[in-house]
Amino acid sequence: MTVSATHGAIDAVWRIESARLIAGLARMVRDVGLAEELAQDALVAALETWPKKGVPDSPGAWLMAAAKNKALDHFRRNKLLERKHEELAGEMELEQEIAASDLEAGLIDAMDDDIGDDLLRLVFVACHPVLSTEARAALTLRLLCGLTTDEIARAFLVPEPTIAQRIVRAKRTLAETRVPFEVPRKDELAARLASVLEVIYLVFNEGYSATAGEDWMRPALCEEALRLGRIVAELVPKEPEAHGLVALMEIQASRAAARVGPSGDPILLLDQDRARWDHLLVRRGLAALARAEQLEGRLGPYALQAAIAACHARSRTAQETDWVRIAALYDALAQIAPSPVVELNRAVAVSMAFGPAEGLELVDALTSEPALKHYHLLPAVRGDLLVKLGRLDEARAEFEHAASLTRNARERKLLLDRAASSHKFRVLK
Amino acid sequence: MRFMMLMIPKGYEKAAPGAMPDAKAIAAMMKYNESLQKAGVLLSLEGLHPPSMGARVSFPGGKPKVTDGPFAEAKEVLGGYWMIQVKSRAEAIEWAKRCPASENETIEVRQVQEMSDFPPEILPPKLGAREQELRDELQKKR
Repeated sequence: MTVSATHGAIDAVWRIESARLIAGLARMVRDVGLAEELAQDALVAALETWPKKGVPDSPGAWLMAAAKNKALDHFRRNKLLERKHEELAGEMELEQEIAASDLEAGLIDAMDDDIGDDLLRLVFVACHPVLSTEARAALTLRLLCGLTTDEIARAFLVPEPTIAQRIVRAKRTLAETRVPFEVPRKDELAARLASVLEVIYLVFNEGYSATAGEDWMRPALCEEALRLGRIVAELVPKEPEAHGLVALMEIQASRAAARVGPSGDPILLLDQDRARWDHLLVRRGLAALARAEQLEGRLGPYALQAAIAACHARSRTAQETDWVRIAALYDALAQIAPSPVVELNRAVAVSMAFGPAEGLELVDALTSEPALKHYHLLPAVRGDLLVKLGRLDEARAEFEHAASLTRNARERKLLLDRAASSHKFRVLK
Repeated sequence: MRFMMLMIPKGYEKAAPGAMPDAKAIAAMMKYNESLQKAGVLLSLEGLHPPSMGARVSFPGGKPKVTDGPFAEAKEVLGGYWMIQVKSRAEAIEWAKRCPASENETIEVRQVQEMSDFPPEILPPKLGAREQELRDELQKKR
């Protein structure tokens, strides 16, 4: 194997093993930051040794053994330091220390089991609410996906030192606030899981909002998020929201190829060529949603959004869309996760299910909503409904207003075109 | 990126209809499949019945010709496949290396072509548009 092929193989092994490695080490040293450093040391050892001696048969076990040795070195070094500080050197103590190191070695040997539990602990610590969402995202990509600082920086369009700083600070915060390396208790679990799922969905949306020509690491975030989501769903298989989020991401990802036109223009869901949807991902999304629905308890926000996405995914054409069901699902979503944006979506669904007048009534109730004051989709939707009701002058004003609110040039053009065409309609009449 | 790991078991080309791997091999393979799933990389997988239960359709002179299995000339046949989503070719190979395969089995690792691999000019602009037209046409005739 050439050196570069070996490096490729080491990257691949790191990708597969690093999270488990860090998780196992974190259980032992009770410090995620230190665990990551030890794992990195093991990686450096691999980079030195493997190109000369070849990739070992069990590369994961090799890395774990190397990391254990680094951990023992670390403990011994700290002990020596402590002793120098305290000036308590004595034969007996030294013997005790050696015995203690053996005990530690024994503990380390015992740590290979229950790796799944360790991984779950690592997920919860990396996404701990004591950290900002941005810090959680960077740390999660680093610790659980094995991404480099450079890759994370390119993905989020920020300079590398910013991400490096963010990760260093996050690790320090975890150490300083003594976040325990454990799975949260039952009464905390729902809130802590929500924090994990929020980070994963944030990573997904960052990737989903990437536009053509940007660094390939950006759209790759969608795949990272899907992978993380699938891992977490397997770690907490009884949590419907974990499957709900996976379902939502799989279905949204299935539309990736259909949602942009040849010139980079966005194509709205109802105008998309459904033959271009990725039907493997649709199938996976529907299967994940079915898993969420089979579990006990009411559907949460992710599962409900997935159920809405599934309504679209199941209809072969836009005309066949089950809008009555979608309106009902938005109604349920508005009850458990009320937000003006959900209300606006509900209004659209109601208008599709029961007519534009019904929809407009709901939209009009939102016009005084401060959170939507600068949200271009509110006047855009209102304009759309007004066109359907034949109130074209009002519609044109709404589209023009919407165009003035969006910062996206393509969207603005689309809205101005609509404003102009509502005028044309009137002339034709 | 997506890869197929294609399982090629030597001897499967001659296997009798209904032939199945032994229980121990199946258990090991299920454990492997589970590890792929838990790592979040598995998209789908299928196992295939032996060629003796299948058929080949060839096109001599552009006309379809059906040959029932087994196929005397086949040296290698597929036993099944995994589709995985990974970051690199090296990662796909690393996963293939972890398969608890036997000595007579080979895994071929092949990248799946994606929409974005094709230049836009060879993809019809709207694959589903014609289907929609046909459907609308049917609707009118009803």
